[in-house]
Amino acid sequence: MPRRKDLKSICVIGSGPIVIGQACEFDYSGCQALKVLREEGFRTIVVNSNPATIMTDPGFADRTYLEPLDVTGVTSVLERERPDALLPTLGGQTALNLATMLSEAGVLDELGIELIGAPVEVIRRAEDRLLFRDAVQSVGLRVPESRIVTQLSDLAGVSLPAVVRPAFTLGGHGGGFVSTRAQLERQAAVGLSESPIGQVLVEESVRGWDEFELEVIRDRLDNVVIVCSIENLDPMGVHTGDSVTVAPQMTLSDEAYQELRDASIAIIRAVGVETGGSNIQFARERDTGELRVIEMNPRVSRSSALASKATGYPIAKVAAKLAIGYTLDEIPNDLTKTTPASFEPTLDYVVVKFPRFAFEKFPGADSTLGTQMKSVGEAMGIGRTFSEAFLKARRSRELDAGVSSPWLELDDLPEGIHPWFLSEIERIRLALGRIPALDHLDADELLRLKRLGLSDAEIAEAAGCEEPELRAKRLALDIRPTYRRVDSCAGEVEAASNYYFSTWGEVDEAAPDPEREKQSVVILGSGPNRIGQGIEFDYCCVHAAQSFRELGYEAVMVNCNPETVSTDYDTSDRLYFEPLTIENVLAICERERPAGIVIQFGGQTPLKLARAIEAAGFHIMGTPFEAIDLAEDRERFGDLLERLAIRCPEWGMASTSEEAIGIADRIGYPVLVRPSYVLGGRAMRVCYRPDDVRSALVAAARKVLIDRFLENAVEIDVDALSDGECTYIGAIMQHVEEAGVHSGDSSCVLPAPSLTPAVSEEITTIIRRLGPALGVVGLLNVQLAVVGEEVFVLEVNPRASRTVPFASKATGVNLVAAACRLGDGVKIPELGLPPERPPRQYSVKAAVLPFSRFPGADPVLGPEMRSTGEVMATAEDLPTALAKAERAAGRELPASGRAFFSVRDADKSAAVPVAAALAGLGFELVATRGTARAFAGAGIEIGEVLKVSEVEGKEGTTVVDLIRRGRCDLVVNTPQGSGARTDGYLIREAALIARVPCITTISGAAAAVQAIANARSSESCSLQERIAADSGAAPEGRSREEETS
Amino acid sequence: MRELATGGYVVLEDGTVFRGESVGADGTAFGEAVFATAMTGYQEILTDPSYAEQLICFTAPMVGNYGVARGRSESARPQARAAIMREARGPAWTDWLSDNGIVALTGIDTRSLVLHLRDCGSMRAAVAAGASAYEDTLETVLEQPAMAGRALAAEVSTPEPVVYSDAGLVSVAVIDYGTKRSILRRLTSAGAMVTLMPHDVDSGTLAGFDGVLLSNGPGDPEPLVAEVATIRELLGRVPVFGICLGHQLLALATDHETYKLPFGHRGANHPVLHRASGRVLVTSQNHGFAVAPSDEEEATHISLYDGTVEGLSYPKLDAYSVQFHPEASPGPHDARLLIEDWVAELCRRKAVERA
Repeated sequence: MPRRKDLKSICVIGSGPIVIGQACEFDYSGCQALKVLREEGFRTIVVNSNPATIMTDPGFADRTYLEPLDVTGVTSVLERERPDALLPTLGGQTALNLATMLSEAGVLDELGIELIGAPVEVIRRAEDRLLFRDAVQSVGLRVPESRIVTQLSDLAGVSLPAVVRPAFTLGGHGGGFVSTRAQLERQAAVGLSESPIGQVLVEESVRGWDEFELEVIRDRLDNVVIVCSIENLDPMGVHTGDSVTVAPQMTLSDEAYQELRDASIAIIRAVGVETGGSNIQFARERDTGELRVIEMNPRVSRSSALASKATGYPIAKVAAKLAIGYTLDEIPNDLTKTTPASFEPTLDYVVVKFPRFAFEKFPGADSTLGTQMKSVGEAMGIGRTFSEAFLKARRSRELDAGVSSPWLELDDLPEGIHPWFLSEIERIRLALGRIPALDHLDADELLRLKRLGLSDAEIAEAAGCEEPELRAKRLALDIRPTYRRVDSCAGEVEAASNYYFSTWGEVDEAAPDPEREKQSVVILGSGPNRIGQGIEFDYCCVHAAQSFRELGYEAVMVNCNPETVSTDYDTSDRLYFEPLTIENVLAICERERPAGIVIQFGGQTPLKLARAIEAAGFHIMGTPFEAIDLAEDRERFGDLLERLAIRCPEWGMASTSEEAIGIADRIGYPVLVRPSYVLGGRAMRVCYRPDDVRSALVAAARKVLIDRFLENAVEIDVDALSDGECTYIGAIMQHVEEAGVHSGDSSCVLPAPSLTPAVSEEITTIIRRLGPALGVVGLLNVQLAVVGEEVFVLEVNPRASRTVPFASKATGVNLVAAACRLGDGVKIPELGLPPERPPRQYSVKAAVLPFSRFPGADPVLGPEMRSTGEVMATAEDLPTALAKAERAAGRELPASGRAFFSVRDADKSAAVPVAAALAGLGFELVATRGTARAFAGAGIEIGEVLKVSEVEGKEGTTVVDLIRRGRCDLVVNTPQGSGARTDGYLIREAALIARVPCITTISGAAAAVQAIANARSSESCSLQERIAADSGAAPEGRSREEETS
Repeated sequence: MRELATGGYVVLEDGTVFRGESVGADGTAFGEAVFATAMTGYQEILTDPSYAEQLICFTAPMVGNYGVARGRSESARPQARAAIMREARGPAWTDWLSDNGIVALTGIDTRSLVLHLRDCGSMRAAVAAGASAYEDTLETVLEQPAMAGRALAAEVSTPEPVVYSDAGLVSVAVIDYGTKRSILRRLTSAGAMVTLMPHDVDSGTLAGFDGVLLSNGPGDPEPLVAEVATIRELLGRVPVFGICLGHQLLALATDHETYKLPFGHRGANHPVLHRASGRVLVTSQNHGFAVAPSDEEEATHISLYDGTVEGLSYPKLDAYSVQFHPEASPGPHDARLLIEDWVAELCRRKAVERA
């Protein structure tokens, strides 16, 4: 059946900001779908609030809307664009939920928009527990015995242990395993409040059973294929997103596997997914083979992204083609070109995925794994054997030294792990234990260790030598990795695949021709998502690949994050799915002999490799290692600033607390203390007293940097380009929260609203001096603080920053493309960039924080970054943009109601005008005693409410009760020190659970009030139209008038 | 590039050598080197009589993970001559290989071997467990007969008729060219009484059965002239259903051509188009010879890989056949109902006759 001719335009919904449970995988699927739809001649419209996505790039769709992903936001786009169809199966749970809501609200019917990919009945049948259970039972299969609960009284008679699963939540959010009645009641209450439909499922526990997932695709002729089987190493009980998983499944016999396959096909038919992919999860009792169907996602999922990368079968692309009418046999297999997609990939390698956790960012939070997902990213390893893949994925996590994490050591294994995996891991442990000293290690033994999958670093550690020594010996013995293709068919069909992984002791496959015409550029990616390094860098790497291809190079990508667009083999000329370690990167460089290696787009990960890459004689394109070292070495950087007469906060470096306190005394409190070896705010603390300094030093346990902490400073972020002589200011952005809140967690405004022309001029001058002085060739990010008219430089990153996608979208200047051309030797004046001027409209970037995933950790903004993602909103005026950004971040500001204040003493006077403004807007104000008295003293009418500590054991309504009962619409609470069980913590936690906006800085509160007071409803405007209006040209693509005429 | 120092090796007739370590029986096995791409079902594959005289290279990288089980074997003993693996796992599996006299190597660069066979075609080869000189072995390889033109059914067929099951609604004779047990099991569970017949059974003996199933089996169909003649005699007299080699023999009996595929179809993921419905079946396959592409109406199923005929239908002759394996084992069950449906049709007719 060919493509449908009745559809002309299709709207694709993205998944919004990166949150736990929903990450880059939906940018990957969205991009694939958009490519397909455009190739097929559809007019495409995208709605997504996440600026760091490739799918929201102006070139990816005819119309791109960075709008809040709520019914209002999407409806306004649909009304404006009037697409024929809406495709909601590629934007994760967010898009699927939105599609359901839009349909229920009657919007789709009213506008005559067809839901393609998954009709509403199918979404309901897969997502509603009761309907799903019926569908599964109708084909003779079982789900765990369960009961739908909509109120706590429904819990009577439930047998334990049990699992609580809320309906329609992300990553099992709000659910958990319970073994006592009290736990059951507590968890059910949480689940009921988290579920948008107020429904939870309490079900039979299958904890400890083996867990499998199958990726299934079905077309409108009822052809079904299984793309991939995935087995979890962590048995049932641990969310699959937090599990180590392997593909294909390793432990099932053919008859057992076929049973799962048959079951999957029966379920996809019963649920009625007609065009697209689904993911079906099973629990299987190891000894009896008993099966339970756990869950089905009638859409592209995190697992399907993993399955696509694991097999080379592009599920999202195929799903998009199915949605527009094709059948599987009409779609060619992307890798072979000669055979159809109506087959099942067969692997001649093994793939392992490891989750990446960030518990160190959330002190106090429970790090036990359960049914609620907690990991922030993932890394995948491909090897010819299980151990090779396992070890590659494990080291691809790039864990920071000293952190604790599940699966940290080889001994850290989950309870109940299948004996087959145990024996494989034991094999690794035994081999490590037998490694002799370097001198006694012979060639055959070393090759065996490499074939097992051990890295040079791991072998060197066991042999008691340094990694370079081990590597030198290995190379002298001519032991080198070889590369194999991922081809989806185990070599059966000839495939011109450009997708590679390394192994040992085999023939090297399809090595690049040394005589080839085009030279290659190796782009190093950013590895697994983690807090501080996420999709923004993948965005940059993908643009770098596109740019270097346009410049006539072959783009070669190295990365190990299966969620990303960069690891789509379509993105580059050659993709190496490999860990970003020096060993792997050098080996790829040996093979590629590239014209250059690009390290400035993958965040901090590639920067760490810069020195060794240069030392090995390879050329770094753009900013050289010297510039990185100059910016990162505090002493050298301090000298440079002094030489350039650029101000920075006074600072010093200390190894002992006496030294540290001495320095703090010299520069004056408060001071910012952080370990000297980490950037990005890890373990950073603001200290007000010598005692604080002492405890910060204990926590750091190493050399620390001490900076004067500038209070009430305005923080500024600048993204700029430099060619080594000339510097172009891309964007000057102002943070909404004051200095002291990590730049990644702060909202950010472009253009900067509170800079005077003189200060702006000074900032520009500083940046123009810094670029050439550091020797930057490419992107440069500078963080500054402005106190009054004084400008201080806080930090310089000679690489692409987190704000590059936001800045590029707000200004319409593709900063990455420009940086790539600079790396290729082009000079700034030759780039043809538009004049440096702030954009006409206001754009706001707001951070999205995962606090609700980490109960126990204090949900307060601070110097340590904790956000997982961001949203962007643009409007004619700042308040409107701010309000829209907050709405997009899921924290819609109230227009009226009751506002609660509790601020620390230092903030009381600054809080008065904020409170007064809210009162003026008609808000009823309440506060805890101290704050209430301070406000009353300033003439503000305010009610008083008790803290929890004030009623201890007595009767009385506390602020927490108020919030819990939904009788509070806004919370402003600046912390008096943080930590669990303080009054402030209890207030913030209650607000988090009740989903009441909770603002923890006065500057943030002031901005919020400004937004509440002045925001107007504004029509949505596409990125293409805005950029065209800014540059005075007509937008690309067809306009609505042309369309309808 | 350095290779592991190992004793065992695979030597192909063109002189290409792959080295690995022995994990099976001692000695040297000769046969045709082929590769199988199913990710599960190693025991079923080695015991499938269609793999007689063959050296199986598994593309799945880890083989032996879930051990062995008596009920999984497709015949009384392993039929393939050797197993070639990247990584053999588990004592259960390697002990079973040794106990059954199967030469087996692990640590082989199987992907390179597969790519070589794909590009140059399946070829004669030897798998040697010991550290013999491969030059000598190669000489012996070159003395072996090639697979094309080899009639092997006689070597794996039952010598005498055997009643496999005597309970059922209809009687089915299975002509055993090397049948898999799972075909017999599927027939039985569908309600047939099953009798296994030698490959050279005459048509008269078969005439009294309600249906005749032409089984799978090894080797080239072309030299099986007598078997084809028997099938011709049956056509129109007794309902016939062919699987794999049985399909090829029916094709020859109805004047289709068969030929040797360059490297065969052996796997569990092969898409086959059912022309009438436009539906695609994901099938289990194991054949080195195929029925040449045909546009004739009787060609009901087509391989989406190379267009070879995967199914034939002669309603007037009451004869049907498929190249793939509806009984799966190992592999997907998409086509499983074909056997059930055929038996059900035989039962229906029998009921009509009786009425």
